[in-house]
Amino acid sequence: MNLPCLLKKGVNDLAFEALTQKLEAVFKRLRGKGKLSEADVKQAMREIRLALLEADVNYKVVKDFVQKVTERAVGQEVMESLTPAQQVIKIVHDELVRLMGPKDTKLNFSQSKVSVFMMVGLQGSGKTTTCGKLGLYLSKMGKRPLLVAADIYRPAAIKQLQVVGEKVGLPVFTMGEQDPVAISKAALEHAFRHGNDVVIIDTAGRLHIDDELMEELERIKEAVTPNEILLVVDSMTGQDAVNVAETFHNRLHLTGLILTKLDGDTRGGAALSIKAVTGCPIKFVGVGEKLTDLEPFYPDRMASRILGMGDVLSLIEKATAAIDQEKARQLEEKIRKEEFTLEDFLEQIKQVRKMGSLDQIMSMIPGFSPQKLQGIEFNEKELVHIEAIINSMTKEERRNPSIINGSRRRRIAMGSGTSVQDVNRLLKQFEQTKKLMKQLSDLEKGRKKGRFKLPFF
Amino acid sequence: MGFFERLKQSLVKTRNQLAEKIEGIIKFSAKIDEDTLEELEEVLISADIGVSASDKLLSQLREKVRAEKIRSPEELKEALKEEIIKVFPAEKLEIVPPTIILVVGVNGVGKTTTIGKLAYRFKTQGKKVILSAADTFRAAAAEQLSIWGQRAGVDVVKHQEGSDPAAVLFDAIQAGKARRADIIICDTAGRLHTKKNLMEELKKLYRVSEKEYPEAKIVSLLVLDATTGQNAIAQAKIFKEAVNISGIVLTKLDGTAKGGVAVAIASELNLPVFFIGVGEGMDDLEEFDPKAFADAIL
Repeated sequence: MNLPCLLKKGVNDLAFEALTQKLEAVFKRLRGKGKLSEADVKQAMREIRLALLEADVNYKVVKDFVQKVTERAVGQEVMESLTPAQQVIKIVHDELVRLMGPKDTKLNFSQSKVSVFMMVGLQGSGKTTTCGKLGLYLSKMGKRPLLVAADIYRPAAIKQLQVVGEKVGLPVFTMGEQDPVAISKAALEHAFRHGNDVVIIDTAGRLHIDDELMEELERIKEAVTPNEILLVVDSMTGQDAVNVAETFHNRLHLTGLILTKLDGDTRGGAALSIKAVTGCPIKFVGVGEKLTDLEPFYPDRMASRILGMGDVLSLIEKATAAIDQEKARQLEEKIRKEEFTLEDFLEQIKQVRKMGSLDQIMSMIPGFSPQKLQGIEFNEKELVHIEAIINSMTKEERRNPSIINGSRRRRIAMGSGTSVQDVNRLLKQFEQTKKLMKQLSDLEKGRKKGRFKLPFF
Repeated sequence: MGFFERLKQSLVKTRNQLAEKIEGIIKFSAKIDEDTLEELEEVLISADIGVSASDKLLSQLREKVRAEKIRSPEELKEALKEEIIKVFPAEKLEIVPPTIILVVGVNGVGKTTTIGKLAYRFKTQGKKVILSAADTFRAAAAEQLSIWGQRAGVDVVKHQEGSDPAAVLFDAIQAGKARRADIIICDTAGRLHTKKNLMEELKKLYRVSEKEYPEAKIVSLLVLDATTGQNAIAQAKIFKEAVNISGIVLTKLDGTAKGGVAVAIASELNLPVFFIGVGEGMDDLEEFDPKAFADAIL
């Protein structure tokens, strides 16, 4: 397994180590002690409260959450365990996952008739785009969706859905600016006659306090009895998310939630808030501008993101995208057999660089904080030097660095325009990396046998 | 450390603690105590002002309570309102023709609607306005802007979907010069501030404005959805770096969201709020009034 993949593994396994710096600081304090006092937990919870509030989780939801977690943490579970800090973090993360989970992307289809999905939400939450994305998703499932333009208020909303429909190759039902209830009914009829088995109704964005428009939704619901009523929520929403979700839920009995614009850098605390007040599963997330950018909602990822680990996950994705799987497998083999060479090292560096600037990558990986990588801290320029140095070696030298003696070192330094010290440093770094990777791969093996222990506590 | 020294130290500590407590009691009298402040914190955070900006406000408030000997909760509230008002720079948007207004923001905040309202506003003030449909990405964005243009009675320069936004703006600038427009308002595609290439595209629009119309004043308006949480701070920061934001338009304030993150932004980046959006009608754009805003939060 190569470096980025190991990072991926490591990051997943060590998820609880990867909190924000602030949380890390608190737990460092906690880590020093054998057992947790109530005061310790309270101290930790203060930071967790802040982290959640900064992530836009609703104030009241945070209050409840912190109280619940405190109760659990101050209890025996933690006090009597050997590694209290581990448990506190785990409890927080687990509780977040539990509250936002389970993963549930099941959509409810009608057995006999045309299924009706109704998309609702505030203005600008991304309903129309999501309609297109969901339509595409369903058609990939083998369904034959019909998109229905029921937003008669916003200028050009119908046109937008038509364009979106065209892009995903799905039919769009329009009836101009008539009553949305009549449009929805007629669309159902149309679908039935044209062999569409799902209709996705794009309703107009509206404020939850706009009584007239909320009533309109109730009338549509009554007229077409939807199988799914999905609330589309902008993941950047702040404290008000609870009011919005609660009102929509009270009036319409939502069946699910879709979180949009998660490709930004929002921590997305709204996810926890809306789940907490509606109890409806968050089914999908929108993660990009393209119409294929709709993914299932993973509670564990979201929990990590809310706690400030979003970057790690995006790094994982970047790594996965940038890495050639076959090469990765070969490398894994080499590490196992301890045949990892400087040539591979060069390859690794190139692959890591594909993911972005090194500073950025390093700062993204809590488990691999600079302290952990003592001596293997490099900056961008150094990478260029490293490449030059390795390029100045003979193949034999790259494969077997132990043959590099004094005169070879001098030659390599000359050839790469660096100094002998630089060459020495690289060789040392290489040895350290090799060791580190070996450790990580052992760690992984050990874990499979069930004796894995987090090394960071 | 000797026994007496330790004793002395612990006594000093106790004395300090006592002094702090007494000070606390005097500070908040019978009616204003930490509970009151915690309630206020809840109000502030619930309005999306955020933890750090709220802390800042409350610590200023504490000082004020001490200095002005505030006793009643009512006075306290008024004092906090004053603090909030103080955060906003008192700038107004001044239009010196010719002006190019770049309207930017993330997806779905209400840029196009805001432009429709702005166009109507300037038009009723007797200004000649041209709209530039440089959102060539989102489906039917140009149509949406055209409808607003018709409603407000102003011209719209547009191209095909998917064309170069900078080319649209270039044409709008030429049209603006030819028709002697006072104001060119440029719609841009919604983009998340984290998309580097899209932010570069925005910078290009700014450069085109500078280069093609050097006499014009360039005003970049950031449109913010009042329902947005703390992410708005990151948005403001990055958009400011890219196109030198002059001020903010806070939209969707007709809902239950308070838009408190504008306080955090003003406090951190010193950006004024110029306008607020309070509905879908053409005249649902109001000049920002910090006092009314503070009243709505508390």
